[in-house]
Amino acid sequence: MKNPDDIKYTKSHEWVRVEGNTATVGITKFAVDQLGDVTLVELPAMGETVTAGDGMGTIESVKAVSDLYAPINGTVCARNDALEEKPELVNDDCFGAGWMVKVELAEESGVDALMDAATYDEYLDSLD
Amino acid sequence: MNGHPGAMTLGFNEPLIFDRSVPGRDGASLPRLDVPQADPEQLFTPALCRKQPAALPEVSEPEVVRHFTRLSTWNFGVDHGFYPLGSCTMKYNPKLNEWAARLPGFASMHPATPTHLAQGPLQLMWELERMLAEISGMHAVSLQPSAGAHGELTALMVMRAALKRRGDARRKVLIPDTAHGTNPASVALNGWEVVPVRSTDKGLLDPESVRSAMASDVAALMLTNPNTLGLFEKDIARICAIVHEGGGLVFGDGANLNAILGRARPGDYGVDAMQFNLHKTFSTPHGGGGPGSGPIGVVAELAPFLPAPRPVRRDDGTFALEHPGDAIGRVRSFFGNFGIMVRAYTYLRELGAPGLKQVSDMAVLNANYLLHLIQEHYHVPFGDGRCMHEVVACDRDMANGISTLDVAKGLIDRGFHPPTVYFPLVVKGALMCEPTETETRETIEAFAAALIDIAQQAAADPDALHHAPQRTRISRLDEATAARRPVLKAP
Repeated sequence: MKNPDDIKYTKSHEWVRVEGNTATVGITKFAVDQLGDVTLVELPAMGETVTAGDGMGTIESVKAVSDLYAPINGTVCARNDALEEKPELVNDDCFGAGWMVKVELAEESGVDALMDAATYDEYLDSLD
Repeated sequence: MNGHPGAMTLGFNEPLIFDRSVPGRDGASLPRLDVPQADPEQLFTPALCRKQPAALPEVSEPEVVRHFTRLSTWNFGVDHGFYPLGSCTMKYNPKLNEWAARLPGFASMHPATPTHLAQGPLQLMWELERMLAEISGMHAVSLQPSAGAHGELTALMVMRAALKRRGDARRKVLIPDTAHGTNPASVALNGWEVVPVRSTDKGLLDPESVRSAMASDVAALMLTNPNTLGLFEKDIARICAIVHEGGGLVFGDGANLNAILGRARPGDYGVDAMQFNLHKTFSTPHGGGGPGSGPIGVVAELAPFLPAPRPVRRDDGTFALEHPGDAIGRVRSFFGNFGIMVRAYTYLRELGAPGLKQVSDMAVLNANYLLHLIQEHYHVPFGDGRCMHEVVACDRDMANGISTLDVAKGLIDRGFHPPTVYFPLVVKGALMCEPTETETRETIEAFAAALIDIAQQAAADPDALHHAPQRTRISRLDEATAARRPVLKAP
């Protein structure tokens, strides 16, 4: 699957779709392939302040438990609670129905530091 | 699959023991009650008394024995075969240890026995503490923690008490990305905060990254040596010095002590506190086979804070228990898993100092021999063709997308317990094999042959591997659904 070029990426394999003052966050296909079958997603609480680069949740798969890092600064304004019952949405549709949280962007959001799809693709090529 | 130790024989089905239950059936014959019957509600808080009998299975003695014997035939233990579960040190558990642990003076001793009637067990604990101190270069040892992670937590609690005594409220802990998951968990339980440190492309911790992460709020570094890639942290002494210069303490995770027994002592290279996994390094049973035991050793500054009670030898040669005022308290009921201490003590007395050196020499030699046998077929990303006690290979070079999981399942069909898989996380698709010193050259060659056989099957018949294991009672399990929608109660 191609990494969509209308969204932004991090080195820790989160994606970010910015719409107005809100950013939707999920994990990339690469991250999903590394994790294998996702079995549990723990998301930050509504209203929680998140800081770019810090852990804001955990993703458990049959292989490992991994941190979900905040790609930007802001406040959690929506959570994909469907993942609680159906963590497989992350495997089935990571760029769509498997989204994780929406974040209301802080003034210094850090969005400018994110990669575009082409840069992220190059970054993936540079890994092993 | 001729030549591999795995074979098929008649197996037994066995239901839950509750499904065997028939009302009124039992396996015990108690004598008639010859004292007045007591009323539990008079003896205990009525709210705690059962209103209905417990729903225990009602079965005869032979049914109980057959039930558990049959279940045991579904199991795979180190007494069945090779068990190279990396990082777990699944060495053989000598039967001599079992004899010692069953001696009535040990096995039948009540833990509340007055000390003057428990001199033997107290002496054994006191001597075991001193042996572990000598092996590790630590000043003092506590045997109380129940297992490795409990030892980690206890050591961090002791460190916190010692830092408080210094008047220091530091609370960050540096942990490299190769660490066992228990390390950050112990830090969190201790109310401290984890700061991850990246290892180098050689799989080692760089003293300079420790230097740049070191700050006035860093309480400690937690480091496993050799690390989980099976590599000796060659800069360990410098790393410890940097942490000490910055006012922090060093916790050495003793999970991989088997690789350096009698060759290097954590206390000599700067570690301030460590745990010993008696169930790994000192050959006591493991996994489902028995409880763990995770004693800790500490330097002199930390010793006053060790958990109490502490066994001591008085001037007249008798043994007693002390409760030093600075002790962090109890971390465990009574004395810890005492039966495990007897086994570890027996192991140490049987091997002696020269034997312990041979243990680590053979553990490292066996792992390197395995590495040598498989490296043409399996990519080993770190170590430049050398390792300590374990070899971390991966699935990078497998044909047709055969994954580490497929390799693990293929090994089951060939009669081997799989290695640890997908750990450490810094290796993609890790296959972490720890043969231990108790395996023969022939066993290691047979295991390597099975791994090579799987690599060849990956190229020739990948579909068969996707469906492995085929020769077990139950073939490949749907692990994802089991984790997503676990059924935790019998229907």
